[in-house]
Amino acid sequence: MSEVRIAVYVCHCGTNIADKVDVAGVREFARRLPGVEVARDYQYMCADPGQELLRSDIRERGINRVVVASCSPRMHEATFRQVLESAGLNGYLFEMANIREHCSWVTEESELATHKARALVAAAVKRVRFHAPLEERYVEVNQKALVVGGGIAGIEAALKIARAGKKVWLVERGPSIGGKMAGLDKTFPTLDCSACILTPKMVEAAQHPKITLLSYSEVEGVDGYVGNFQVTVRRKARYVREEDCTGCGTCYQKCPKKVPSEFDGGLSHRKAIYVPFPQAVPNVPVIDRSNCIRFQTGRCGACEKFCPRDAVDFEQEDEFLTLEVGAVIVATGYETFQPQEAPQWGWGRYENVLTARQLERLVNASGPTGGKVLLRRDGEFTDEVPKSVAVLHCIGSRDENYYPYCSRLCCMASLKLAHLIREKTGAQVYSFYIDIRSAGKGYEEFYTRVQAEGIQFIRGKGAEVLERDGQLYVHAEDTLLGAYREVPVDMVVLSTAVTPAPGAERVAQIFGIQRGQDGFFLESHPKLEPLKTATEGIYIVGCCQGPKDIPDSVAQGAGGAAEVLSLLTAGRVQISPVVAEIDAEACSGCKVCVPLCPYSAIKYDEERGACGVNEALCKGCGTCVASCPSGALSCRHFTDEQIYAQIEEVSSL
Amino acid sequence: MRRYWYYPGCSGHASARDYQRSVALISPALGLDLVEVEDWNCCGTTAMTSVEPRLSVVLSARNLALAEEAGGRADLVVTCNSCYAILRRAQEQYARRREVRAEVDEALAGIGRRYSGTVRVRHLLEVLVRDVGLDALRERVRRPLSGLRLAPYYGCLLGRPRNDFEDPEEPLSMDRLLEATGATVVRFDRKSKCCGGALITTHEEAALELVREVLSEAAAREARAVVTACPMCQFNLDAYQAKVNAAFGTRLRLPVLYFSQVLGLSLGFGASELGLGQRFVPVGGVGKL
Amino acid sequence: MRAVQSQVPGRGPLPVVGEADLDGKFVVTVMELSGEDGLLGCIQCGTCTGSCQLSSWMDYTPRRIVDMVRKGLAREVLASRAIWYCASCYYCTVRCPRGIKLTEVLYALKSLALARGYAEPGAPAPAFYRTFFEVVGRYGRLYEPGLMIGVALRSGFGRLFRLAPLGLGMLRRGKMALLPERVRAVDEVRALMERVSRGLVRR
Repeated sequence: MSEVRIAVYVCHCGTNIADKVDVAGVREFARRLPGVEVARDYQYMCADPGQELLRSDIRERGINRVVVASCSPRMHEATFRQVLESAGLNGYLFEMANIREHCSWVTEESELATHKARALVAAAVKRVRFHAPLEERYVEVNQKALVVGGGIAGIEAALKIARAGKKVWLVERGPSIGGKMAGLDKTFPTLDCSACILTPKMVEAAQHPKITLLSYSEVEGVDGYVGNFQVTVRRKARYVREEDCTGCGTCYQKCPKKVPSEFDGGLSHRKAIYVPFPQAVPNVPVIDRSNCIRFQTGRCGACEKFCPRDAVDFEQEDEFLTLEVGAVIVATGYETFQPQEAPQWGWGRYENVLTARQLERLVNASGPTGGKVLLRRDGEFTDEVPKSVAVLHCIGSRDENYYPYCSRLCCMASLKLAHLIREKTGAQVYSFYIDIRSAGKGYEEFYTRVQAEGIQFIRGKGAEVLERDGQLYVHAEDTLLGAYREVPVDMVVLSTAVTPAPGAERVAQIFGIQRGQDGFFLESHPKLEPLKTATEGIYIVGCCQGPKDIPDSVAQGAGGAAEVLSLLTAGRVQISPVVAEIDAEACSGCKVCVPLCPYSAIKYDEERGACGVNEALCKGCGTCVASCPSGALSCRHFTDEQIYAQIEEVSSL
Repeated sequence: MRRYWYYPGCSGHASARDYQRSVALISPALGLDLVEVEDWNCCGTTAMTSVEPRLSVVLSARNLALAEEAGGRADLVVTCNSCYAILRRAQEQYARRREVRAEVDEALAGIGRRYSGTVRVRHLLEVLVRDVGLDALRERVRRPLSGLRLAPYYGCLLGRPRNDFEDPEEPLSMDRLLEATGATVVRFDRKSKCCGGALITTHEEAALELVREVLSEAAAREARAVVTACPMCQFNLDAYQAKVNAAFGTRLRLPVLYFSQVLGLSLGFGASELGLGQRFVPVGGVGKL
Repeated sequence: MRAVQSQVPGRGPLPVVGEADLDGKFVVTVMELSGEDGLLGCIQCGTCTGSCQLSSWMDYTPRRIVDMVRKGLAREVLASRAIWYCASCYYCTVRCPRGIKLTEVLYALKSLALARGYAEPGAPAPAFYRTFFEVVGRYGRLYEPGLMIGVALRSGFGRLFRLAPLGLGMLRRGKMALLPERVRAVDEVRALMERVSRGLVRR
């Protein structure tokens, strides 16, 4: 190769760097480094005039290596690579020295910051000498998509993709789609009926010719890479043939076995063969094997006997499907905090202490009481209406003992429930809160409305619920009065925290999604890439990423669909050339690297007796390179030569 | 025989001698060899901690150092919830706060002692439930206490602040232990409420309310007796019951026993050797099972 | 739980806080002494008050004490009744949603009140704590008759007469030793107490 001619640019980043680092000094220092032809400093290297500097130097001064000392490569590496390409130079003949995040922002003293900037620049100059041109490649994108999770976010995503004419698989773990929204009565702040606005979407999703609904199914594994995923789906045995069932309901009328209903939060019973709720989609029952008399004892079989279509099939087994898709949307939703692990709030101890989700079922016309708010005694509903009800906010949320984050939607949900209880029973309703967080369109107005309805707002967290002589008391401080209060009530509603869904860990593992400290799925950038994940082609929408209300979940569902459609419509996708490579001659076939690869990109080839890297899957993380005992693995753009040059230089100053 | 160092605490030698006696009786029968730490001192309890937060840490540290010096298995068994919490607090602060550790090391050095942090402080209840085990306890029961309704009262300091033994809100170890004796354990929502023991000499009026609160529920649940694991709780609930009745017009008459005494009865020991006579509210029929 | 009397605070003129009365260093002192550095993170939710069985006896609620400490109302906090009602039950500590160990903070406040002379000499709790300190300093262990008499000497003999029946009852049931037990190496105990208390409580 011809002589190395390096250009160095030191960015001021306005005052971000220049206030701390003596940029002119760094520039002069760089000018004297071996191989450096040009050294400049400039206000904003990422702006057009800054880019133009690069271009003209490459063209006019014969520059063939470029170092930009500015911000993090996460910000602008791609920008500068493109500049190089536009001037006819391979984009990988470039190195960035991060003198902002790693230097000016985190160093107190100007002199030390300048010293560190010099070291980082010198290291980059030394390293870039060993860079080699690399070629980016493209792969075709499969035109089908997969949506995992049939709540409102997933349904919205699936519909949007299908309406654009692309084939979608919608996989739902439970027997019906509809998610958490299906269990709600009214929605804030407009108080429109949840089922009325949800069921049309559920039906459309089930009937849309471009959507195949796989309910009672779970994703077991994912292979492949962006544009070309192979997804294994387990269709759990329903013991009812979907194609034969008409949803007449005879089976569950005849079934003799009662089981507490999950959908109603244990406040009513379902049968061992059941649909979770009347508007279920698909309207096909499932048999809950662990509670079915036939499965447990071999007797009964009433459902089979009475089914007019012979749709019951006890012999049915789980089936496995392999789907080929170009992109995946994960919309696996959330769960709510189960307060039995927090006995101070009395749930599970006192039967008239309910969670907000349970109360949603009580106020719902299709719920266990036909929409009446009634007290329970000895496990049964009475016809007695509570005269006073306490709604406790932040149960498990904003609490380091449980979930430290704010669950975001419960303030409004609690206000809504307070309103509904008041409306339905005329009871005195107390709202125990820390702060009312009503940030959202029409939310503060709703709060005002509920205040005017005469709800008693007590600013103080409900600390404890205790019964005395058959009367429940909420213990709290009325912090605005500075007074301790024990408020007697007939019923307590706990607004429990929004938590990651059970099984979120497994879903994250299957799809290569990272999780935050709170257990929710982690987006690739908190502001600018809220729907992308660390794995290209896998998107997250709705509450699996964090607590959200319905409007936000719907918006994210639609946003996820846009991500998928832009990928599918582009038709091909770029693959980074920064990947590991194996020298097959040197590889001993020990397979140490195979299980270490977080992306399952390495396979052992029996015939060659050596391992091979799937370049489309490899992310260039380098784990395998470090593990290889025979030194057969290396990572492009991160070769030993390049890294050692950089380390030697940075540590010699 | 499993050997443990034993820290009876001040009350063990005074107001809770009956507790001590029952522990001394049942331990060998259950294969436990409890050896009293030589020349131990007061742990400091709430009072000294309120005078100076680090005072009870250094006082406790001397006890921990004594147990460590004595060698062997470094489990220090206590029977008083207050000693338990204070000794654990000392351990925790010693481990977590560098400045406290330095102060303790220095103070101990001043009296020619040192502590290296190896002692495990354990409540006898924990030793019984975990080391001996409920199955072994059940096997040794010779006189099942069938039909005896008991309210297990844990008080504050067995599960609070957090430790690796009991739940701060809903402790269960004593429930399980009492069930193993064949007794009926009643539901007891106030089982870990405060009885006001730390305030009884200084704010009696307030403390009596707390005593009433605990005993009233036990009575409402039709318990024949309240069972405790702490001399402070026992004394407070027992000796002040008459005052509660006088102050609030209640008619409480609930004997307050130690779990070791109840266990002793089920193992076949007699009421008087277990010290059941030494209380303000007589045990009545409970001791004659 | 008792029938809470209506005693809403705020009778009398409104308090006016003069900026000059605020002791900005107080919170730092309290955090250092208690080892609880999370005080600034309190969200004033009142879980501590709602969990405290003694709240209704206090002049300021525990939540308010925290805010007063943060804002530097040192005198009002140290002269308050509230701090002496803490029974160290640790409910506030285990339930605080911000993980603040309020019980430790209360230990520190009581200690500061004693050291800075805010606690009235005859007030029951300070008298009790001071006597306890002396008894343990003398014997290395608690000696109940000594404690009772000492408390009585500090807070008036009426108290001794009220305690007498209890003491006799204890004696009769073998629950009180007439003679004190003394730690053999009581000098060691005294040395430890000297070193840490730094004469704090000897006023």
